[in-house]
Amino acid sequence: MADLSIDFAGIKAPNPFWLASAPPTNTGYQIMNAFHAGWGGAVWKTLGHPIVNVSSRYSAVNYRGRRMMGLNNIELITDRSLQENLTEMKEVKEKFPAHALIASMMFETKAEWHECIARCEDVGIDGFELNYGCPHGMCERGMGSAVGQNPEVAERITSWVMEKATKPVIVKLTPNITNITAAGLAAQRGGAQAVSLINTINSVTGINLDTMVPNPSVDGYSTHGGYCGPAVKPIALNMVSELYNHPKFNLPISGIGGIETWADAVEFFLMGASSVQVCTAVMHYGHRIVTDMHDGFSDYLDTHNLGTPTALTGITAQKLRNWENLNLNHKVIAQINPEKCISCQLCYIACEDGAHQSIRLPEDSRIPEIIQETCVGCNLCSLVCPVDECISMVQVPTTDQVITWKEHPANPHSVGS
Amino acid sequence: MSNPMLNDAELNANFAKIKPKMTQSEARIESSRCLFCHDAPCTIACPTEIDIPMFIRQIMSGNEKGAARTIFSRNILGYSCASVCPTEVLCEGSCVYLDLNERPIDIGRLQAHATEYAIRKTLPFFEKAKSTGKKVVVIGAGPAGLACAHELTRKGHEVVVYEANPKAGGLNMYGVAPYKLSNQEAENEIAYVQSIGFKIKTNYRVVTESCLAPKGYNGKTVLLKTLLSDCDALFLGLGLGSSRRPGIPGEEKQNVIGATEFIYNLREKEQKITVGKKVVVIGAGNTAIDACVESAKFGADVTLLYRRSEAEQSAYHFEVDFARLEGVQFHYLTSPIEIFGKNAVEGVRCVRNKLTAIDKSGKPGIQPIPDTDFLLPCDQVILATGQKKQTSFFESIPDLALEGGNIKINNDYQTTCESIFAGGDCVNGGKEVVNAVAHGRDAAQGIHRYLMKEELD
Repeated sequence: MADLSIDFAGIKAPNPFWLASAPPTNTGYQIMNAFHAGWGGAVWKTLGHPIVNVSSRYSAVNYRGRRMMGLNNIELITDRSLQENLTEMKEVKEKFPAHALIASMMFETKAEWHECIARCEDVGIDGFELNYGCPHGMCERGMGSAVGQNPEVAERITSWVMEKATKPVIVKLTPNITNITAAGLAAQRGGAQAVSLINTINSVTGINLDTMVPNPSVDGYSTHGGYCGPAVKPIALNMVSELYNHPKFNLPISGIGGIETWADAVEFFLMGASSVQVCTAVMHYGHRIVTDMHDGFSDYLDTHNLGTPTALTGITAQKLRNWENLNLNHKVIAQINPEKCISCQLCYIACEDGAHQSIRLPEDSRIPEIIQETCVGCNLCSLVCPVDECISMVQVPTTDQVITWKEHPANPHSVGS
Repeated sequence: MSNPMLNDAELNANFAKIKPKMTQSEARIESSRCLFCHDAPCTIACPTEIDIPMFIRQIMSGNEKGAARTIFSRNILGYSCASVCPTEVLCEGSCVYLDLNERPIDIGRLQAHATEYAIRKTLPFFEKAKSTGKKVVVIGAGPAGLACAHELTRKGHEVVVYEANPKAGGLNMYGVAPYKLSNQEAENEIAYVQSIGFKIKTNYRVVTESCLAPKGYNGKTVLLKTLLSDCDALFLGLGLGSSRRPGIPGEEKQNVIGATEFIYNLREKEQKITVGKKVVVIGAGNTAIDACVESAKFGADVTLLYRRSEAEQSAYHFEVDFARLEGVQFHYLTSPIEIFGKNAVEGVRCVRNKLTAIDKSGKPGIQPIPDTDFLLPCDQVILATGQKKQTSFFESIPDLALEGGNIKINNDYQTTCESIFAGGDCVNGGKEVVNAVAHGRDAAQGIHRYLMKEELD
C-alpha cells in the first residue's frame, strides 16, 4: 500500500484528505472524531469576531431522486469565542500531534489578524488558511469574497498576515470571480505559501413553489448562499487546472469542491492539487467515507507505480490546452454494439433532436444505426446510452498530419494564410 | 364446510393489496429510474398505448395531475388496469431494463399512483361535448362498456348503460381477485369515469323474446328491440357467461362450484364467505390460479389439478409462482375422474396421464396411465375449466353474425347489424381488462363515425 503522507507547503499530514473549514470542523469534538476515522487534517471553522447565525441555513438541489447533488449554505463563520476555539485546538493538537490542524481566519484590521495568528500559534496549530471566499454575509461586511474578488486587497491582507505568521499560510480563493488566476497570483505576490480552492459559489438552490420563497426560507425571505457538493466539482477542477497551468503561478494547491470519493481526489491531484479538502460529503454521509478514500487512492497509486500522492499532481493539467491547439484532423465516429444494445433508442432521439441527425432507425430492427458519413463524433450518443460499453467512439484513421486552428486554412489569421 | 379459523384481522391482512400504494418518495425514486426511451417498448406493449415514459416523467417532475391526464387520455380505466393488468407480460415485460438484467420499472404501481391521485381529487380532465342529440345504448357496464360510454359522452352523445348485475364494473367488480382490486377501488373508479355524465342502469338485464333472463334472476329486464327502437346506436359490451361444466361424474354435488361463481360470491360478499378446508381446483388458467390463491388466503389447503403438463397451462408463469408462494400444490398430468361424497363432496378420484401427440387443439393429447388412480380428499371443488360464451343471447339477435361463438365485427367495431357495435370479451373471447378498454374506446370512435356520417362528410 502506498504511503499517503504528505508535506503540503510545509504542513505535514498522514494523508492528503482534510476536512474543509465548514460545519464539520466547528468543534474539537468533531475534528477528533474525524481524525479517529482516518482524516489526515482539518481546517478549523473560520475564526473571527463571533457572529450570530440564522436558523434555517442549508438547502439542497436533488436530482432524479438522489439527494444533495448540490448543497448551499448561508451559515457564517464560527459563532463561538476565540478562547473557546483555541482551548479545543490545543486539546486536538495534544491528542493528534501528527495530524494537520489549520486555523481558518477572517478579520478586518491588521491588528486583529496579528493577534489571532499569535494566539493560534501558541496553541500549536500547523498552519493558517485565510478565508477570502465566503460569498454570503461576511462579504457584506467587507470580508470573505469581498477580499477574494479584489486582488489588490487580497494581496495586501496576505502581506499583513505574512508579517506575523511563522507557520505556513494558505489563501482560500473564491470562485465568484471572472478569472481565478488573478486571485491566485495576488496571494502569491502577498507571500502566501499555498492556495486552496474553490470556496462556495453564489447560488440560489431553488424556490418553494407553494410559497414562492427561495430556499432556505428565513421567515419568508432568503439570501444567496454558497453552493458546494458534487455539482460544483467540474467548475473546481477547471479552476484548479487554470491556476496550476499558469506559467507565473508556483504555489501548492489544496483542491476543494465536490470531492466524495478517492476517484474525485485523484482527479483533483491530476489537475494540480497536492492535498484535498472535503466538506459536503461528510455533511451527507459522515466521517466513515474516508476509509474508501484511503483504500482507493493508494490502490490507484500502486496500480500506476507511483510512490507518493504528489506524484500525481498536475499530470492531467498538462493535457489541457487552449482549443486552438487541438488537432482538427483527429476524427472519431460512434459505433453501436448490437449485442449490448437494449433498444431504448435514446441515442437516436438525442442525435435526431439534439445533435447531428446521424443515427437512423432501421425498419426491421429496434437497434439504431450510425450514419457514418455524417457522424461528427460529438460523443452525445455514447453519453446518453445507459449501457456501459455499448456505444464506443472509434477513431477513424486519418493520414493527414496534426493540424490546429492556428494553421488551418479556414482561419483568416492562420500561420499559412 | 366452515371457514378455516381465520379472524377478520387475519383475513384482511391476507387479502391486502399485493401491489400496495406507493408513497410519494417511492414514486419519485422509481420514476427517476425510467430512461424515457424513444418509441418506448412499454407503450408499444400496452393495448391502450398509454404514453408510459411521458406519464412517468410527469410523476418524476411532481406533476401527478399531468401524469393522470396522460394515462386517462388513452385509458379511462387506467387505475384498474394498473392494478389488474398482467404488467409482467405487457409494459413491464417489455422494459429495456430487463435486457440489462435490471428490475423493470414498476409501471403498474406508478400508474396506480398517478390515477389514484386524480380519482381521489376528482380532477375532471374531460367534459361532455355539446349534445349531438344522438342516443347510444351500451349493454354491460364492464371495462369495455364503461370505456365506450365515457368516450361517447365526450363526443356529446347521450349514453345509457344497462348492467344486469347489482353493481357496475363487470370483471373489476365481480371477476378479478380482491387483492388486486377491491370493491371500493372499483367503485371509486366507476364513479370517477361516470362523472362525465352518462347513466348506468344496474340490475337491468337486456333480453330477447327467445332468450329471456336465466331462472332466479332478480333484477328487471328490458327487450333489446325496445332499446334499439329508441336509440341511434347500440354497443354490446358483454362479458363471458357462467363457468363451463367439464362433465365429471359427481360435479353436481354440494360444494362443487364454478370458479367464476366462486369469485363472484367472494367479491360480492367482500370475503364474507365460507371456503372448504381442503379445496381442489380443476384447471390451470389464470382464473384457476385466482381461485387457488383466494382459497389459500382463507387458510385452505389447496390442490390444483391439470390434465396436461406445466408447459401447456395457460396461466402466466408469474401467477403460478405467486400461487406456489401461497402454498398451492400443483398436480400436473392429473385428471379428475369422479367427484365423490354423499351429498356434499368428500373427495376427488384422480388418474395420472401421459401426453400423446399434438391434437387439433394444438396441444398434446392425454392418455390416462392404467392403475394410477388415487383419492384426493377434499370438502370443496372449484371448476375452473373455462367460461361459457353468451352465444344463445347473441344467436337470438336477428342478423347478428358470429365467428367461433364471438361477435363478428369490422374495423369500426360494427357488427353485421348496422346500428349494433361490439367490443371486449364478447368479441375477443375473453382477454384482459385492458384489451376490453381498448375495444370500448375504439368502438366509440366507430360509433361516432357511424352516427355523424352526414356531419363528418
